[in-house]
Amino acid sequence: MINFLRRLRSSDFSYYFFRDPIALVSFAVLLVLVVAAFSAPLIAPHNPYDPTTIDIMDSELPPAWAAEGSRNFLLGTDDMGRGMFSTMLYGMRISIIIGLGAVLLQAMIGIVVGLLSGYIKRLDSILMRIADVQLSFSTYMIAIFIGATFQMVFGVANYEKIAAPLLILIIGLAEWPQYARTVRASVLAERQKEYIEAARVIGLSKVRIMWRHILPNTLSPVLVISTVQVANAIMSEAALSFLGLGMPQNKPSLGSLITSGFEYIFSGSWWITIFPGILLVTLILVINLLGDWVRDYLNPKLYKG
Amino acid sequence: MLVRIRNLVKEFDITGGWLDQFRFSGGRIEREKTIVRAVNGVSIDIPEGRTVSVVGESGCGKSTLARTVMRLYPPEAGEVYYREQRIDNLSSKELKPFRTRMQMVFQDPYASLNPRMTLGKILREPVHFHQPKLAKGEVRDRVAAVMEQVGIDPDWQSRYPHELSGGQRQRISIARALTVEPEFIVADEPIAALDVSIQAQILNLMMDLQEEHKLTYLFISHDLSVVEHISNQVAVMYLGCLCELATAEELFSGPRHPYTQALLSAIPRLGKRAGHERLSGDVPSPISLPPGCVFHTRCRHARERCRREIPVLSEVEGGSRVACHGVEEGRI
Amino acid sequence: MEKLLAINKLSVDFTLRESTLRAVNKVSLSLDRGERLGIVGESGAGKSVLGFSIINLISKPGRIAEGSVIFQGEEISAYSYEQMRRVRGDRISMIFQDPMMTLNPVLTIGEQMRESLKAHMEVSTAQANEICLEKLRKVYIPSPEKRLEQYPHEFSGGMRQRIIIAISLLTNPAMIIADEPTTALDVTIQAEIMELLLELCETEQMGLILITHDLAVVSQVTQRIAVMYAGTIVELGRTEDIITHPQHPYTIGLLGALPQRAGSSGRLNQIPGVMPGLARIPRGCPFKNRCSLAAEICATKPHLRKSSSGSEAACHMVGTEQSTAA
Repeated sequence: MINFLRRLRSSDFSYYFFRDPIALVSFAVLLVLVVAAFSAPLIAPHNPYDPTTIDIMDSELPPAWAAEGSRNFLLGTDDMGRGMFSTMLYGMRISIIIGLGAVLLQAMIGIVVGLLSGYIKRLDSILMRIADVQLSFSTYMIAIFIGATFQMVFGVANYEKIAAPLLILIIGLAEWPQYARTVRASVLAERQKEYIEAARVIGLSKVRIMWRHILPNTLSPVLVISTVQVANAIMSEAALSFLGLGMPQNKPSLGSLITSGFEYIFSGSWWITIFPGILLVTLILVINLLGDWVRDYLNPKLYKG
Repeated sequence: MLVRIRNLVKEFDITGGWLDQFRFSGGRIEREKTIVRAVNGVSIDIPEGRTVSVVGESGCGKSTLARTVMRLYPPEAGEVYYREQRIDNLSSKELKPFRTRMQMVFQDPYASLNPRMTLGKILREPVHFHQPKLAKGEVRDRVAAVMEQVGIDPDWQSRYPHELSGGQRQRISIARALTVEPEFIVADEPIAALDVSIQAQILNLMMDLQEEHKLTYLFISHDLSVVEHISNQVAVMYLGCLCELATAEELFSGPRHPYTQALLSAIPRLGKRAGHERLSGDVPSPISLPPGCVFHTRCRHARERCRREIPVLSEVEGGSRVACHGVEEGRI
Repeated sequence: MEKLLAINKLSVDFTLRESTLRAVNKVSLSLDRGERLGIVGESGAGKSVLGFSIINLISKPGRIAEGSVIFQGEEISAYSYEQMRRVRGDRISMIFQDPMMTLNPVLTIGEQMRESLKAHMEVSTAQANEICLEKLRKVYIPSPEKRLEQYPHEFSGGMRQRIIIAISLLTNPAMIIADEPTTALDVTIQAEIMELLLELCETEQMGLILITHDLAVVSQVTQRIAVMYAGTIVELGRTEDIITHPQHPYTIGLLGALPQRAGSSGRLNQIPGVMPGLARIPRGCPFKNRCSLAAEICATKPHLRKSSSGSEAACHMVGTEQSTAA
C-alpha cells in the first residue's frame, strides 16, 4: 500500500493532476459533495424521511439569513416543512446512488456486448444493430413507458418502494450502447495486435483471450466515458423526477426537489428550487470537468459519449 | 520432414459487411465479393533441425503464410503436415497438443507483449495452460530457467513490458515461445524492428537456442543479408507465389529466377556500388492477379507463354527448384 | 572547395519535467558544395534531432542550447522563424521517412507541387506547371502530365518517395537533408531511390546529408560518414576508411554486427548491452559501459582526433595497441 502510494506520488498522473488547478478544485468539490451525501444521516440536522420530526407549521420558511428565516433551517424549508439543507443532502445521496448504479449496469451490459461484437465477427452485425435500435429510442420514452406501466401494475404506494432500483434499471438499459460502441472500437484496435496472436498461438480459448488479454487493455476509454456517463445518468434521473416519473416526493432526489419547489417559485419561495438546482449543476459540472481532465490525460482518440 | 506445406492457399475477403456485397447491375442485384489471394498454392518442406527462410517484399504473402501454417488463419485449400500428421483441418481442441510443439515469435516487440501483464505472468500463462497440474514451484523454475536462457534476469518477473528496451522485449517474446518446449518455431520478421547491434544479439540468441534445443525455424524476413546468414534453405515469394526454393548457398551464389536475381542485386552491400537490376513498374494488385506467371508484368524475359501459363516449381541442375518458363526452356 | 555548411559545437537540449536532456552534444560537422555526408547511428543516437536542428525545426520542449549552423556563409541558427522559412524548402530541402506524412492526401500532386513552388518563387501557374513537369521527369515518373492530376493514394510507396524528391528539387536547393528516406520501402525500391538520389546530387551539384541506420546504404551513396552514438559523433571520416578500417570500438562493433561481415553460419559480432537512454549517458566516454577496451582514462570525455587510417575517432584507445588488436 505504501509502495503504491509512493509510486502514485512519483507518477505522471499525480504530476499532471497537481499542476492542473481545475482538476484539483473539481476533485476537491466532488469529494466534499460525495462525502457529505453519504454521511447525510450523520451530519444532516434533520431527518427528512422521519415524518415525526417534520412539522407542517415550518413549511416554506426562507433561508436563515432572510428576515423571516429560522435559525433551525439554514437554507429554509420546503412545502412540507422539511429542512432544505438536510433534504438536499439526502436527495444528493439518492441521485449519486442512482447515477452510479445505472452506470454500473450500463458498463456491464456494454462491456459484454462490446467485447463480443468486437472479437466475434459473426455477432458483430446483429449486436451493433441492436445497439442502434436501442439508441434510437430516447431514454425518456423508455422511462415513461416502463415507469407508467409499473405505477399502474404495482400502484403508486408500492411504486415508491421500488422507484430507485427501477430508475437504475431504466437508465442503465437506455444508455449501454455508448459503452458497447467504445469497447468494441478499442477491441477492434487491440485484436490486431500481435500479443493477441501470441495468445492464440498458445491455444488459449476465445473467452480467456477476451477477458484476460483484451478487456484489461480496453479499460482506459471505459474509465473516461464512465465519468461523463455518471453525470449523464444523474441528469437523466433529475429530468425523469422533474417529469414526475422519478423519485417520489417523500424520498426526493435532487430532481424531484427541484420539481416540488417549482410550484412555489412564483409565490416567492424561490429557495426550494434554486438551492437543489445549484447543487445539481455543481455536481454535474465537477464530474464533467474531471472527466475532461482524465480524457486529456489518457488522450485516447475515442468516441465522446 | 518436420513440417510439410502442400499447395497452401489463403484468401481474404475484403468486401466488408454483407450489405456491401450487393451490387446493382443490369437491372439485377448481384452479390459479389472482393477476394485477395495472399498465398497462392505454396509448397515447402521444412526438415527437422534446419532453418527455412521465406523472403519477399512487403505484400508478398510471407507473413500470411507463416500465420496460416500456425493456424492463426484457416487455409482455403492445401494441406499442412506436422510429422506426417495433417493439422490444417483440425479443430482448435484437436490442435491443442500441437500448440506446445509449434510456437511463434512476432515482429513488433512493442505490440507482441500484453502491456497489462508482468513478464512473469506472460511467461507463466502458456505453462499453466498446457500443464495445469504442474506445481507452482516447477512453473516458477521453468520460467526462471527460460529467462536465463534468453539473457533476461529472472528477478525481473514483476516488471512490465514498458520497462524493457526493444531487444529485451524480443527476448521475452522468444522466452514465451520456449516455455512450452516446442520443436518448431515460426519467426515472423523477429529482428526487423530492432537496431543493428541488437539485431545481432537476437540472431545469435536464436542460433544458440537452435543448437541447444534442436529447434527448427521457419524464418520470415525481408532482409536478404540476414537470411543468407541464418538459413539452410530459402524460399522466395512474389505476390503469394513461390518463385524459387533453394539452399542458401545455391540461391545466393546463383539465383535462377529473374525476380530472385533482381532482389539479390538490390541488396545494399558495404562499400560496393554494384549496379542493380531495375524492375519496371509496380507490384500488381493481389485482388486481380495477372494471368500466367505473376511476375510477367515486370519481367524482361517475359514471352507469350508467360502471359498464359502458370509456371510450376521444377528442379534445375544444382538442386534449386524454380517456377519460371524461361529457366525451364533454358533461355535464362 | 567552399564550405556549404558548417556546424559548430551544436548542442540540442530537451527540457522535461525535472531534468534537461542533451540529445545532441557539441557536434561539429561541415559539408562542401556537392558533397554527400552520411550520419549513421541507432535509434535514439540523436541523428534525426541533429538533422532537424540544422534547419531549426526543433519543436518544444527541445531547443538549440549552444553552437551555430552556418549555411552558405549565413548563420542560419540565429535566424527568425520567418527568415528560416525562406531558407527551408528553398535552399535546403528535407526528405522524410514516410512520404504519406509529407503529402496532403486531399490535394493532387500538381496542386501540392505548385503550392510549394509559389511559396518561394513568383511564377505564373503555367510556368509552375512547366517546372513541376521538368522535376517529375528528373525523378523518372512516367507520363508526368497525367500524374500531376492524381492524388497521393494513387501512387505506390516508391513513387510517392520519388514525388517527395521531385518536390524537394523544385527550388534547386543547394542541399538536401534526407532522414531515413528508404526505411519504409522494399529493397528493390530502396535501391532505385538511392540510385536516383545519388544521380541527382551528382548532376545538380547538390549537397546531401543522409541520415540512416543502415551502414550498407550509406556506404554506397556518401563520400564521408559521421557515426553517432548517444548524441555525439564518435567517428568521422571518408567512407572507404570507415568501412574498411573502422577505428572507434563502436563503429567496429556496428560493422561486425552486420551479417554480411560474418562468416557463414557463424555467430555475429555483437555489442553487449544497449545504448543508454539520454538520461543515463555515462560521464566521460558515452560508450565506455559497452566497450571491451574501456580503461580508467575513459572517465574523461574523448575528443575527435585523427587516427592512422585518416578518419577522426573520439576514443582514447585509438592508436594504442589494444585498439588495433580489436
